[in-house]
This record gives sequence, structure tokens and C-alpha cells, in this order.
Amino acid sequence: MAIESPTTSAYIQHHLQNLTFGQHPDGSWGIAHSAKAASEMGFWAIHLDTMAVSIALGVLFLWLFRMAAKKVSADTPSGLQNFVELMVEFVDGSVKETFHGKNKVIAPLALTIFVWVFLMNAMDLVPVDFLPVVANWVGVNVFGATDGHVYFKFVPTTDVNATLGMSLSVFALIIYYSIKVKGVSGFVGELTLQPFGKWMIPFNLLLEGVGLLAKPVSLALRLFGNLYAGELIFILIAVLPWGLQWALSVPWAIFHILIIVLQAFIFMMLTIVYLSMAHEEH
Amino acid sequence: MNLNLTLVGQAISFAIFVWFCMKYVWPPVIAALDERSKKIADGLEAANRASRDLELAQEHAAQLSRESKENAAEIIEQANKRANQIIDEANEQVIADGKRLREAAQVEIEQDVLRAKEALRSQVSVLAFAGAEKILGATIDEKAHSEIVEKLAKEL
Repeated sequence: MAIESPTTSAYIQHHLQNLTFGQHPDGSWGIAHSAKAASEMGFWAIHLDTMAVSIALGVLFLWLFRMAAKKVSADTPSGLQNFVELMVEFVDGSVKETFHGKNKVIAPLALTIFVWVFLMNAMDLVPVDFLPVVANWVGVNVFGATDGHVYFKFVPTTDVNATLGMSLSVFALIIYYSIKVKGVSGFVGELTLQPFGKWMIPFNLLLEGVGLLAKPVSLALRLFGNLYAGELIFILIAVLPWGLQWALSVPWAIFHILIIVLQAFIFMMLTIVYLSMAHEEH
Repeated sequence: MNLNLTLVGQAISFAIFVWFCMKYVWPPVIAALDERSKKIADGLEAANRASRDLELAQEHAAQLSRESKENAAEIIEQANKRANQIIDEANEQVIADGKRLREAAQVEIEQDVLRAKEALRSQVSVLAFAGAEKILGATIDEKAHSEIVEKLAKEL
């Protein structure tokens, strides 16, 4: 381990800290060199690692798919086109099963969610120290940071900001389509006039409001929680003596392959379900 | 676990990715998939049509062969009939020819007989005179007795 931490808990903490850029309490802008400094930056800070990795993966996804889409033909497909068609058909099938209206956004949205979230989750399978070590080396040698104070969290979906960012976008779409399909009055009516009729409006509003707000929160926290826990277990395994690590990390990684696909799929499916609910009249 | 601007950044990049996917990735791939499924459906339909055509063609061929067999049988039958007829005609011809030849021969024979009789008759008188001369020892006046002899000869 290049990042020699004095204690196990410091090592774990180090791995769970994002590379944060923001305004220090003293007014200067810069990268936080400790967890405390990062949290002192408050809301107006940004996680450079999360952003960089997620955007890189998003670009990778779109580059790959765009390349296949440009050369796509109805003749016998091969190689990349096969893979892309497989994904597109899978997502298209899932969307058509659940959502019966006409909407041009939902299917590409679902595809983007599935592949992007899958790629971000898949970063979990990269051994926990590989990329932080590279980042540390770059940080120390290129940017002149102090050794051991370069943070780099490589799995964007273990950052609640990333998952919440997506789920809030989905939430915005839910509200947009609810209003577009049912009108403002229809949407408000849906929130207030059921399940108990017009004499229980405050109670209905509370019930439906909680239900509505729970959607993005549960969407974000489910993904975040699964991946965070998975990553944490990888980190804990990495604390073990090096000769023993493979015995635990290999089975966990294999199991994790299931989790990363499943979580990406769940995020996609729930998005489709929520959006199709937004399209349906009660 | 600090909530910060990353959230907004993620939402923005998410929106851009979705937009890009919606605009440049999804439509061509789906169009190709639709086109291919249409092609496959067309191909299957064409195959169905072809097999139906084949069935019809086979039926047609069977019918043709049945018809030609019937025709052939008819032609053979006619030919046989015609052959028999020719043979019969030939037989009749032969019989008729034979009959005619025989008749002609008969007529000729009869004529020959008549001619021989005539010749004999003409010589009978000469012989009779010669015989009588010998018997009588005298010359008979031919003119005087030729009438008698000729009468005699006619009776022959």
C-alpha cells in the first residue's frame, strides 16, 4: 500500500473520502485535504472524483453506442453492433412491458440509466487501492499535494450526490409528465383527493406527498446504500493480511457482479415504473 | 457523505447523456432493429408464398403428367385401331385381287378352249373329206359335199 495509514480506521476513512473542490472557510478556493475540511465547505463544493469518473464513463458509454449506431445496419450484425442491439432490445422490451403510452424519452432514458449506472457500479470491481494509488501519485507528483492527503473515491455510485442527482432528475420528469398528461388540476387532485375523498384533503396530501417524495429518495438511497456497503466490504477485505485477501475478495467480487447489474436494472425499472405511473390516470 | 454541488453536476451530466442517447443512439439502433424484424417477417412470408407456389406447381405438374398419360394411351389406342384397319383393308385387297386374277384367267382359258374348238372344227371337215376319199376311192366334189360336212362339223 502506497498510502501508509497509521491505523485501519484512518485507511478506511481515507477510502471513503471524496476529492472535494470548494471554498475553504477562510475564503480561499481549493481542494480539501481532510474530511473535516471537505465538510466545512458546505453545499458549494464539488466532488471532482465523482464528476470525472462518472462523466468519463458516460462518455465511454455514449461513444461506444454512438459508434455502433452510426454503422448500424439491418443486415447480419456483428461484434459491437450485436452487443448494442442486445442492450437496446433488452431495455426496449423492459420499457414496452411496463409502459404502454407513447413517449420518446423513456426508452433512451432507461438505456442511459442502465448502462451508465452499470458502468459506474462496475468500477467497484477494480481493486480498491489501484486507482487511489495512481491518483495519489498524480496528486503528489503533478499537483504537489501531500502524500496521503489525496482522496479519490473511484465508484461514483458510492457518492450519494451522484445517485441523488439522477433520482432528482427522474423526479423532475415524474412531475413534468404528471402535469403534462393530467394537467395541473389533475396532478393536484391526485395528490389531495385520494385515497379518502375530499373531506380528508390534508391527510391525503400528507400520504400522497410522502409517497411522491419517497420515490426519488428511495431510488437514490437504494443504489447508494448497496454500492457503498459493497465498497466498504472491499475496503475491509483490503485491510486483511495480503495473503488472505483473495479468499474473500474473489467470492465477494463474483457476488458483486450480480449486485451491480441488479442495482442498475432496479434503478432503470423503477424509473420506468414511476414514469409510467405519472402517465396513468387513476 | 456531504450533499453538495456534485448533485447538480450529476443531474446536468445525466440530462446531457440522456439527451445525446435520445438523439443520436436510440433512433438509428431501433430503426435498424425494426427494419431487420420487417425483413425477417418479409422473408418468412416470401418463404411461405414460395412453398405455396411449389405446392401449386407440383399439383400442376401432376395434372399435366396425368393428362399426357391419358393422351398417350388414347393415341396408342387409335394407332392400334388404325393398324388393324390397315391390315383388314390389305387382306380385303389381296382377296379381291386374287379373285379378279382368277376370273381373268378363267376367261382366258375359256377363250382358249373356244379357239381350240374353232380350230378343230375347221380341221374336221378336211379330215372328214380325206377319210371319205379314202373310203370311196374317189374324189368327192368338195363343193358338192362341203355343205353336208360343214353341217356335220357344226354339230360337233
